[in-house]
Amino acid sequence: MSEPISALRRARYEGFVTVEEAGLQGMVQIRGDFDSEIFTRAVSSAAGVAMPAQREALWEGRQGLLWMSPDEVMLLCPYPEADRALARLTNDLAGTHHLALNVSDARTMFTLEGAGLREVLAKLAPVDMAPDVFRPGMLRRTRLAQVAAAFWLRSDTRAEVICFRSVAPYMMELLSTAAATGSEVGLHGD
Amino acid sequence: MSTRLPTGGRLTDRTYRVGFTFNGKRLNGFAGDTLASALLANDQVLMGRSFKHHRPRGPVASGAEEPNALVNLGEGNRFEPNQRATTTELFDGLTATSQNHWPSLEMDIGAINTHLARVLPAGFYYKMFMYPRAFWKHVYEPFIRHSAGLGKAPDAGARDADRYEHFYHYTDVLVVGGGVAGLMAAKAAGQTGAKVLLLEQTAHWGGRAPVDGGLIDGQTPETWVTSVLNELHAMPNVTLRNRTMGAGVYDHGYALGYERLTDHAPDLDGPRHRLWRIRAAQIVTATGAIERPISFAGNDIPGVMLASAVRDYLVNWGVSIGDRTVVVTNNDDAYRTAIALKKAGLDVPAIIDARNYGGGALMAEAQGLGIRVEQGRGIAKVLGGKRVTGVAICNQQGEGAILDEIACDAVAMSGGWSPVVHLWSHCGGKLDWDEAGAFFRPRAEAGPTGADGKPFVSVAGAADGHMALASLLKDAAQTGTVAGNNAGFSGQTSAPDATDVPEKPLEPVWLMPQGARYDLRMKAWLDYQNDVKVSDVQLAAREGYESVEHTKRYTTLGMATDQGKLSNINGLATLSNALGEAIPEVGTTTFRPPYTPISMGVIAGEARGPLFQPIRQTPIHAWHENHDVHWEPVGQWRRPYCYPRGEEDHAQAVIREVKAVRQSLGLLDASTLGKIIVKGPDAGRFLDMLYTNMMSTLKPGKCRYGLMCSENGFLIDDGVVARLDEDTFLCHTTTGGADHIHAHMEEWLQTEWWDWQVYTANVTEQYAQIAVVGPNARKLLEKLGGMNVSKEALPFMTWVDGTLGGFPVRIFRISFSGELSYEIATPAGHGRALWDLLYAKGAEWNITPYGTEALHVLRAEKGFIMIGDETDGTVIPQDLGLDWAISKKKDDYLGKRAQARSHMTDPSRWKLVGLMTEDGSVLPEGAYAVAGGTNANDQRNTQGRVTSTYFSPTLGRGIAMGLVLNGPDRMDEVIEFTHVEGFTVPARIVDPVFYDPEGEKQNV
Repeated sequence: MSEPISALRRARYEGFVTVEEAGLQGMVQIRGDFDSEIFTRAVSSAAGVAMPAQREALWEGRQGLLWMSPDEVMLLCPYPEADRALARLTNDLAGTHHLALNVSDARTMFTLEGAGLREVLAKLAPVDMAPDVFRPGMLRRTRLAQVAAAFWLRSDTRAEVICFRSVAPYMMELLSTAAATGSEVGLHGD
Repeated sequence: MSTRLPTGGRLTDRTYRVGFTFNGKRLNGFAGDTLASALLANDQVLMGRSFKHHRPRGPVASGAEEPNALVNLGEGNRFEPNQRATTTELFDGLTATSQNHWPSLEMDIGAINTHLARVLPAGFYYKMFMYPRAFWKHVYEPFIRHSAGLGKAPDAGARDADRYEHFYHYTDVLVVGGGVAGLMAAKAAGQTGAKVLLLEQTAHWGGRAPVDGGLIDGQTPETWVTSVLNELHAMPNVTLRNRTMGAGVYDHGYALGYERLTDHAPDLDGPRHRLWRIRAAQIVTATGAIERPISFAGNDIPGVMLASAVRDYLVNWGVSIGDRTVVVTNNDDAYRTAIALKKAGLDVPAIIDARNYGGGALMAEAQGLGIRVEQGRGIAKVLGGKRVTGVAICNQQGEGAILDEIACDAVAMSGGWSPVVHLWSHCGGKLDWDEAGAFFRPRAEAGPTGADGKPFVSVAGAADGHMALASLLKDAAQTGTVAGNNAGFSGQTSAPDATDVPEKPLEPVWLMPQGARYDLRMKAWLDYQNDVKVSDVQLAAREGYESVEHTKRYTTLGMATDQGKLSNINGLATLSNALGEAIPEVGTTTFRPPYTPISMGVIAGEARGPLFQPIRQTPIHAWHENHDVHWEPVGQWRRPYCYPRGEEDHAQAVIREVKAVRQSLGLLDASTLGKIIVKGPDAGRFLDMLYTNMMSTLKPGKCRYGLMCSENGFLIDDGVVARLDEDTFLCHTTTGGADHIHAHMEEWLQTEWWDWQVYTANVTEQYAQIAVVGPNARKLLEKLGGMNVSKEALPFMTWVDGTLGGFPVRIFRISFSGELSYEIATPAGHGRALWDLLYAKGAEWNITPYGTEALHVLRAEKGFIMIGDETDGTVIPQDLGLDWAISKKKDDYLGKRAQARSHMTDPSRWKLVGLMTEDGSVLPEGAYAVAGGTNANDQRNTQGRVTSTYFSPTLGRGIAMGLVLNGPDRMDEVIEFTHVEGFTVPARIVDPVFYDPEGEKQNV
């Protein structure tokens, strides 16, 4: 069997924030009725975490759920396990109207590490990144400069960003430029 | 002469010398200087030439309002024209050149214009350049472009050497302006607990209060500013940002801040400018006030300056403009300049006060210092050419008969102060005319309103018309508190005590002397930057200009880089006097952001070079790049157009690629095609509505070509639909259509058929898709092994999942070329490896990667339409002979009703046909078929147009498709098509399918 590769093969940049392509990442796109207990139970048990609230990201190790819209969540898991999670979901939701797809290859994930990550994101996204407003566990689907993206905070010093795979080189350049040493805004962070 | 005094200059550090050049001359200044103060310290008062008359000009102001002292700054990749010397902080190595003169600043041929002033009146451009019409393009415009304009454009080859960025910021209260009012307002707002952002355009806090003096809580303004700054720095909810101009106020509390990070120190790392994109619940503008010039003859001669600017240069930078300064005023404030000059040991021969009643306590103080005060007098004219040599004095009430001449080398003038209402007005704040101060001030209850219908902008301090320190601080404390409260916080701050000197009222002076003769009026400048004089505005009024907006454009009053910061009120007053109307009746021109020009670079932000635009790359992008690809932009994707080899040009490469596909084997990166999953119990029903043909009857495992129309009936997209299972369809869209067709689906689902059980997902990027095309396609797939791709196992228009050569794939047996063809989808992470394997294993059949142009030729030879070529938003499927793909059985589909309307069923709609030139040549793109006679516009009538045209390597001749009147009924008829060279090309109407009309090749 062929070995898949991620878009940028873990490219890395160190500025006042460290930017890294996270490599292969399992992602299962799930749409359904959040009011249905069958649906939420199936999703939760496939992901190993509770259903996230609006604009929330929940995780447990490498498993997690991202709130994407009022009828959509994204399941995170190790890349090789996405098909298994999908099969389990499909099985549990047989007969329930839903959509579940392995979209692990459609997107690229980046990590941002460092105290200044709020500034990096605030240069690119129309989001209030103040520490008392955007807290760990919160997620935004928005844009970074000219491309669609979602990001969430794992902690005050670690964020994860996803975008479509085709614009991964743009995103890498964008995040690196925003994280370049000397361009600190001096507002959020240290 | 202007010079540096032996002591003084609260902003300069005399221990640190800074070297710079002006017009190539090496000069020195001190750290803390502006370019203007440093030039003045070097007796360089002459800094530029005016726009129209090329008059010699020096600075008239000391800050952002400066109209004259504009320079070309920097060199090469850092060259920038029209930079204000008054706001340019001096740094070591700065290079500046003056603008708008030839051959030199001192000797300018264009200055002849000043003697032609009588033939360059208001509206000169409109009057002169109207006739003869043909002269505009070839004579007038080139001439104007050469002689007009201020700074030079950068060299064509120059590229901005700096970086720029944006920064999004959210705050409860934004305070614009870091003078004493802004500091007070920020403190008051901050003490409510609100998040506060305070912006100051200069490098220094406190505004002009430290120069003007007074006492705040018994302290000098400077001491008070330092202690408030300390308090603000200690407040975690307050952010201070100097060198950041509040550039504009927009709807919904949106504001722009323009931060200049390295202009004062180009060696610093990091971006040069940062654009703060601010969202604030409340905005307080504490933007201060600007002093007005007085309109008297020769008020533009270098050495005539605003009284406040003379004071600023003295106090802030230790620079005197002249040894002998005459002060001319209509208010008490200018006395401060006379007093300051006198105390610095400089001579003030006279204060010319236009008021018969003179001034108050400050006048007494000046007189006490021995300064002569002339009450009820004015300046008839300034004497001198490139520098002031004296003034001629007259009665303010007269016509300018000279009473006396006073020798001097500088004139400090003050016509009163105008609040800076720009930011208040940007988003619609209304103004009232204040009779006492003779200025427009914000009408508090008529500010720009937010979503709650209440004003979100308030004004503090001098910007609100509070010119005296005590009332200014009280107003600022109150405004800051209210802004915090309106943002949802509570708290109260009291204003400090301040002591003001009692002043006598100002007397409006719009012309000096009030009855000035014409020869004086035509030397009395209103707008320095555009050379608009009192006589020009009066002429415009006589010629019938009543609207201030029209007058602005006719006379150019208040245009260009300073947008009339000094000239507007004087110009309005002049216009209203000429019209015999009150000033508020005439009104102001519109205040538009930005407050002063901001760099183009900061608007672009990071979007330059590789970040100019995102380029979408398929998983196979790098392979193309390594194989001499010629790219074609398709949406934001880059797709291979062709892959020239060796000496081949593009046309030759396309021919080779087409032949390889027809004769053996081709390989195409089709990853960009849109792929949308549609799933649910109602998915079939939904697709029946979206497509013109029937999709619900498609069997799992099968594929069907479909057409999608807008609700107006026009064809918007096409593609192959595969049914994956009972509930699930995969819809292929065009490359450019993926996103908007997905949005189109969601819109209908969310707004119209919200109760249908359907989910969609755009999975375009999940897969790399590779087309293996040509007579040897099957052999290649069989060589990879793992799946049965025979005609029987995988017939035309079917699909199958499996493992091909070790890759997880879904193979679609579909063809856009007319050849045996497989489109292989694999998860994107496998895409490059699968392509490499196919390319390597296909070598024995001379496998040939082909690009979009070969793809187009192949489809055109087969008569397949292309969205965007055969369609242009006005074409319905019936025009293209696609009636076979329109279901007659369905009750409805999007576009059905529209297609039944009379214009859509009109038999005279142009219809698709094939076209073959008689001589085998290729018809020009977009050429029209001519018909007899001419239309109402004297243009030839038309009867059709070319939609696609190519050289067909397979047929060895040009082929085309086009829409032609009654085309399908006119087979074999020859019609004429236009050619750009002027002649026409005969072409025969034929069937659009040029190649393999029976479809045997694709069905093997």
